[in-house]
Amino acid sequence: MIITQGLTKEFRLRKGALVTAVSGLTLEVKEGEVFGFLGPNGAGKTTTVRMLSSLIGPTAGKAWVNGYELGVDDQAIRRSVGILTETPGMYERLSAERNLMIFSRLYGVADPQGQVQKYLRMLGLWERRFDEAGSFSKGMRQKLAIARALLHEPKVLFLDEPTSGLDPEAAKLVRDFIEELKSEGRTIFLCTHNLDEADRLCERIAIFKTNLITVDSPENLRKRLYGRKVVFHLRAASDAWAEAVRSLPFVKQADLVDNKLVVGLDRPEEQNPEIVRCLVGLGADIQFVGELRHSLEDIYLQMIHAAEAAASQEVRA
Amino acid sequence: MSAVHPTGSRRLDAAGTVSRIRTIIDKEWAEVFKNRVVLLTVGVMPLVFTILPLVILGTMRRSGALSGSGTDVPAGFAGVCGAMSPGDCLQVYVVDQFMLMFMLMPLAIPVAIAAYSIVGEKTTRSLEPLLATPISTEELLAGKALAAAIPAVLATWIAFLVFIIGTAILGVPPAVRAAIASPTWLIAILVIGPLMAVLSVNVAVIVSSRVSDPRAAEQISMVIIVPVLMVFFAQIAGFLVINARLMGLVAAGLVLLDLVFIYLGARLFQRETILTRWK
Repeated sequence: MIITQGLTKEFRLRKGALVTAVSGLTLEVKEGEVFGFLGPNGAGKTTTVRMLSSLIGPTAGKAWVNGYELGVDDQAIRRSVGILTETPGMYERLSAERNLMIFSRLYGVADPQGQVQKYLRMLGLWERRFDEAGSFSKGMRQKLAIARALLHEPKVLFLDEPTSGLDPEAAKLVRDFIEELKSEGRTIFLCTHNLDEADRLCERIAIFKTNLITVDSPENLRKRLYGRKVVFHLRAASDAWAEAVRSLPFVKQADLVDNKLVVGLDRPEEQNPEIVRCLVGLGADIQFVGELRHSLEDIYLQMIHAAEAAASQEVRA
Repeated sequence: MSAVHPTGSRRLDAAGTVSRIRTIIDKEWAEVFKNRVVLLTVGVMPLVFTILPLVILGTMRRSGALSGSGTDVPAGFAGVCGAMSPGDCLQVYVVDQFMLMFMLMPLAIPVAIAAYSIVGEKTTRSLEPLLATPISTEELLAGKALAAAIPAVLATWIAFLVFIIGTAILGVPPAVRAAIASPTWLIAILVIGPLMAVLSVNVAVIVSSRVSDPRAAEQISMVIIVPVLMVFFAQIAGFLVINARLMGLVAAGLVLLDLVFIYLGARLFQRETILTRWK
């Protein structure tokens, strides 16, 4: 659905210096996938979204969105994608309905009234349709901006920080709506700083800072970086029990932390019962067992720091 | 899943272009005319510039200022009057000054509209979603320019028409009324007015791209009225006599100036420039 090959964007500053915002980005986002695009501020995420939605042109490289080539079929790309920009950017003096009608007409929607009504109802704004957008709360504006991005039923959606600055209830509503869009088979390119949100919504994520650092599913990244670990919560701890578990042939690692035995395994589903048997046989009281799940934040920070270290090493060399 | 009209034929695309430009104009008018400053500029200026000369003409006629001494006009202007009586000539002279004021309308009104429209979009960051639609930057600029220029041109034309009707109601002599509806002022109102409005819009676009306050944009762009004021004072001082030939030259000059400023405005009004350089 989205393919980029060596996509690069450089900006010339007023003083003449050349700054690379995006460098050689190569990735593929599959149809119907929710793809997380993560990176720190200034990493080039918004520039990437702007290039892929044909708002600005790349300096080098190629990209195809919905089968249309960037720089060749720009109007077709804009017609076939929806974009939720970082700030909703509403016409504050106009009513919610008028705001959407304007965009329906600009997108050439066949039944503007019907589409506007559909999305105002879907996002719970129908009762406030005649109110000025400027009178809306942040959450309502965000919902209105999402409605605007969907009016022309795009197959590909670019969402730039969709829950930024929203209260938990509004954020949940937006997240649930993204889930609904996902179930409709739309491809969603999600830029977010909310890593928990990315973890919940995205099939795959890209970690990006001017260059692409990695692309994978959050689960695969966890496995790659930390392996799988199981925590056995014990009533009391003993080094001998840890040693016994460590001696099992399939155990990669076993560490005692307070009363918790953290065990590294390849296939916990098959290997856990044997460890339980071993510990019970040694007289341990097992209170409960759970898989240690590193947060996406751990993964993200580790990868970003590693990339920064590599980059500074490269500069020194 | 798609609810969008299929595209492909040129005819459909032309229809799409017209529809998108009309949408922008509708949007601009719906939004900008909710702004009191703009509303005042568009409403009050034509009203003042129409009523004031009518009041002065009426007062002159009633006070007897048009007979006897005191009806002198600058020497250069006397040639314009030909065989008119000194009283009629004085009336034509007074009207000419106000006609120059009329020419401020196609300059000032578009500046107010365009400044509030463009800087307003910058501050609310509503240009990015707009640019993400299939609209081309040319269509968007055309929509914004027409939304700013049309009310200015219409206001000028309507004010001129009301003024002509007003002079007839006041009983202004036919010779004076003929001078008002002369080729000189018809060129000014019908040709130079729209050309000035186009120039004004493009100056406002250029200034608006650099500032983030609509009032600042409006004030800076208002520099454009200085040449008209210079002509106004030159005529009062007797350095300049406005005639059809001069108006023709001004119109030709404005065509060239418009082309230059349309080029400069269009260069600044590009997606990438707007999104990355407009602050």
